[in-house]
Amino acid sequence: MKLLEYESKELFRQHGIPVPPSGGVIKSLAALPAALKRAGKGPWVIKAQVLAGGRGKAGGIKLAKTPAEARLAARSILGMTLVTHQTRGQGLKVHEVLVEGGAKIQRELYLSVVMDRKSAGPMLIASAEGGMEIERLAAEKPEAILRLAIDPVAGLPSFAARRLAFQLKVAPEHAAGFCRVAQALVELFIRRDCGLVEVNPLVLTPKGFLALDGKVVIDDNALFRHPELARRRDPELSALERQAKAADLSYIALDGTIGCMVNGAGLAMGTMDTIALAGGRPANFLDVGGAADENRVTKAFQIILKDPKVKAVLVNIFGGIVKCDMIAAGILGALGKVKLRVPLVVRLQGTNVEKGRELLAKAKVDIVSAHDLWDAAKKAVEAAR
Amino acid sequence: MSILLSRESRILVQNITGGTGTFHSRQCIEYGSNIVAGVTPGRGGEVHLGRPVFNTVGEAVRQAGADVSLVFVPAPAAADAVLECVDAGVALIVCITEGIPVLDMARVKRALAAAHKAGFGVRMIGPNCPGVITPGACKAGIMPGYIHQAGRVGIVSRSGTLTYEAVYQTTQQGLGQSTVVGIGGDPISGSSFTDILELFEKDPATEAVVMIGEIGGSAEEDAARFYRERMSKPVFGFIAGRSAPPGRRMGHAGAIVEGGSGTHESKVKALREAGITVVENLGDIGAAVAKRLAGKAAV
Repeated sequence: MKLLEYESKELFRQHGIPVPPSGGVIKSLAALPAALKRAGKGPWVIKAQVLAGGRGKAGGIKLAKTPAEARLAARSILGMTLVTHQTRGQGLKVHEVLVEGGAKIQRELYLSVVMDRKSAGPMLIASAEGGMEIERLAAEKPEAILRLAIDPVAGLPSFAARRLAFQLKVAPEHAAGFCRVAQALVELFIRRDCGLVEVNPLVLTPKGFLALDGKVVIDDNALFRHPELARRRDPELSALERQAKAADLSYIALDGTIGCMVNGAGLAMGTMDTIALAGGRPANFLDVGGAADENRVTKAFQIILKDPKVKAVLVNIFGGIVKCDMIAAGILGALGKVKLRVPLVVRLQGTNVEKGRELLAKAKVDIVSAHDLWDAAKKAVEAAR
Repeated sequence: MSILLSRESRILVQNITGGTGTFHSRQCIEYGSNIVAGVTPGRGGEVHLGRPVFNTVGEAVRQAGADVSLVFVPAPAAADAVLECVDAGVALIVCITEGIPVLDMARVKRALAAAHKAGFGVRMIGPNCPGVITPGACKAGIMPGYIHQAGRVGIVSRSGTLTYEAVYQTTQQGLGQSTVVGIGGDPISGSSFTDILELFEKDPATEAVVMIGEIGGSAEEDAARFYRERMSKPVFGFIAGRSAPPGRRMGHAGAIVEGGSGTHESKVKALREAGITVVENLGDIGAAVAKRLAGKAAV
């Protein structure tokens, strides 16, 4: 789960990582004067709160020296559709902006903690070249990036934080401040079960270090340990994705025309790929899971068919623990409740496949059967034309 | 021969008394697996599915002689269950549980590494996987047993149902499988592709290997390097997620393209450059292996 900048900074604050004076998040211009007041005397920064990098270049971050400038800035950002190199499709609509006090920047650093698959644990990443996107830095100046594997139990020891400060050429009088931030960042990563904590840039001001921007990703698997975050409305999800999540279905909306219902995440991806190979485009990723019953199948159909782009539906089930006859009954039950407006292609394989096929054949519903996945994909692509 | 599991394997099931544990333990027993004990804290002394239940893994190891643990403990306590196995000296831990926090797995990995350093040969498969099966001999997992057939192909995969697809196709082709290993779809796993390829390379019953990868991470790239440097048997690769959008997690916690790395393209490229046959169409896996092994007498 990705957190917005202001949510990330709230966690920073709770863990003692200094952030700029905040005027809070506002959704309308009416709330601006109070927000400016809360953020202290200018200049101020108005920042679009969307889950994408590259906001500054796209016009989503503006500096304001006077309240009138702040008003102009907030007016142009609120409601705008932000298109950056990280957004997909038509971009992201900005519903809220963060109002912050400006900072006198003397130096910019990069600091983050990521979950590193290779070392199978957290990895601290730092660079004296702050402000630049880390992927770009890694490509252009890999020697400027420092990496340090973190023990998930011990955290970041003081000596290691100190060594890092020297490597980054932090002046001795600021070293203690830097170490506090680095250690707090690691502590936050571990205590809150993060997948990523990033401060870019971490700036040195006359008053010490400040996290000018913040990005936090929480491990979805660990949300049971963080009920306060689990309750949060995830802005990354579309309306349909939200409904699917509530029904405990793993669903991701895509931009094609063939709706998919599959058991298992790998097979769901494999099915999408096969559709693409057959010349079509999947409308979604959907894993009905190992515990698929009639109710889940019905819910899955409802969600797939709510997408107006869907011109055909492909059901691909490899029965293992899930039995094909139960899936067939689920499909028939769902068709009783959901009006099917597009062709339906079904491929069943595995446990009780004969019984399942028989059920579908007897029911006299309009279903295109397929004997294997390739056959199913070709039939679905044909049907969606 | 086979890898990891044989007729001699003595399995204990952690959380054997739970709904999932009961269902799948029964299936494994019906398949012929030698389940010797169950472990559910607080239920020690009971008999479940005809097997003694113990409070601790240590007791199950000492009193029932278990050397494999099949873990069905729910996610919040699963990492602890695995740590208990490491502590008790279980040789093979197969963790089915989905949804274990990644940091918990990071701690488990450190415990596994420490055990290795101290000279204990412990191996973990999973989590978030269908388990391991040596067809005709032993099943420790949730896969449908009947689609398998004892035979010549080793299969290793990050996904459950995709594995079934490969198993089914190799059975249809009359090739059968030596052992099938689901290493799981999480970002941090007990065993990697490379670990399992190494075992298959040494196993006389395995003549070819099917490796089913997916987007995210670099385990496939590492496996490609291992293949180039250390393997003589043919490997067939399939990588799922060609049509997945970047930045989104495709069901599996580990299936995500981040910052331009872990893409389908880079994995296919790495596999091909190493000399691994990459199968583009999921439906062609069985046929591709059959073509290569045609004319070669089964071992």
